[in-house]
Amino acid sequence: MSEETQAFTINPRYRLQWEPAQNCHVLLYPEGLVQLSPTATEILQHCTQPISEQGLVATLQDKYPDADTLPQDVHEFLQQARAREWIKPAAETSGEAQ
Amino acid sequence: MNTSLSTQDKKYVPMWLLAELTYACPLQCPYCSNPLQLPTSRKQELSTEQWISVMQQARQLGAVQIGFSGGEPLVRPDLEVLVEEATRLGFYCNLITSAVGLTSKRLRKLGDIGLNHIQISFQGSDRETNARFGGTDSFDHKMAMTKEAIALGIPLGLNFVLHRHNIHQVEPFLLLAEELGAEFVELANTQYYAWALHNRDQLMPSQAQLDEARAATERFRARHTGHMRTIFVAPDYFDDRPKKCSNGWGTTFITVTPEGDVLPCQSAKVIDGLTFPNVREGNLHDIWRQSDLFQRFRGTKWMQEPCASCPEKEIDLGGCRCQAYLLTGDAYATDPVCSLSPDHQLVRDALRKIEPDDGEARPLLFRNTINARALAKEDS
Repeated sequence: MSEETQAFTINPRYRLQWEPAQNCHVLLYPEGLVQLSPTATEILQHCTQPISEQGLVATLQDKYPDADTLPQDVHEFLQQARAREWIKPAAETSGEAQ
Repeated sequence: MNTSLSTQDKKYVPMWLLAELTYACPLQCPYCSNPLQLPTSRKQELSTEQWISVMQQARQLGAVQIGFSGGEPLVRPDLEVLVEEATRLGFYCNLITSAVGLTSKRLRKLGDIGLNHIQISFQGSDRETNARFGGTDSFDHKMAMTKEAIALGIPLGLNFVLHRHNIHQVEPFLLLAEELGAEFVELANTQYYAWALHNRDQLMPSQAQLDEARAATERFRARHTGHMRTIFVAPDYFDDRPKKCSNGWGTTFITVTPEGDVLPCQSAKVIDGLTFPNVREGNLHDIWRQSDLFQRFRGTKWMQEPCASCPEKEIDLGGCRCQAYLLTGDAYATDPVCSLSPDHQLVRDALRKIEPDDGEARPLLFRNTINARALAKEDS
């Protein structure tokens, strides 16, 4: 399966949460957190259920038809998110204890 | 479309609450960062209700991570109540423990009520070393609890505090952690405050030991095929630039001591002449935003030379205020770890004192009531 079609979700160890005092979403994980930009938040909100890069781009492109560089931007973001283990392949996460 | 990963909020938010539930601990580690004075009783500790109020106030300020620490937080029988409440409030809950006092029943309960992460400390990679430096025969129990936490699916990290007498065990420790199935391993060199500072000349590793430990970590990383992450924290005495104090004094971290004092970092009480606000007398919001303590070393305005005109001042914010005070007697001084500090020689001298282990000149002083009393007498 190619990277574009493989389904992934947010790492089940991590938690996406809105923080009014910080006026942003945060991604929480053992002993750490990251404050997310609105764009990063929007992408990750679509990853709470298994989704592929293709599916994600299609969904976002529907909402932002004029964003020309969207596929590339999403691709770059997902690469970073994968490297930081914010997202994981859905197959790998489904069997883990929650 | 802007895909920047994070936003910079200009307003300081205490994102991390470190709840030091008690200074009591069944271990006697000679590198403990708790104060040299041991409380004679636990009567002054905050009550369950007071801790819940502290957590509510911290959440309102924007705290999202909570670390239950100590001493040994398991000494508090209400730990489970506090973790449950913290989870309900929306905290991501981390338990920082030696596992001494942990039982299968407590672990299961903690998992059920939503503990997000447990960090278990080891004092050595084998039974003897662990017992020697922790002052308790706890190795088998730590192993058993680690296995159970992993089986329960609680994200688990292991913490190994390094010093000259156990730093050669980095490799066996990593292999042990790998075999157990830990998700993270923190190889944390002793940082020299409180008990560790008192024992510094007996704990400091040599440059060769440190290099070998780093190399062992690298060898392990290169060979490891799983997902275990390893963090190696070097002792800052070997660097030529200091570490930023708690990500910046009064910017990210808020610590509440067992008796309710509110600190910008765990060690701040070592600095004489500061007044420490207490949650019994004020609310966290005012303490964080308005107290003299939290404003004192926030940002760069307080700096004197050579920090004030240094082009790197925003990078390390002059280093650690506690270390500056402990080594130079002036909390406004440049952290002597910095090679630009006029007091840098103090750090170089400390490293020069390291000698081979051919009979120690002074024995390690373990953290226990008898030794604390003896130290108090020396002081008076």
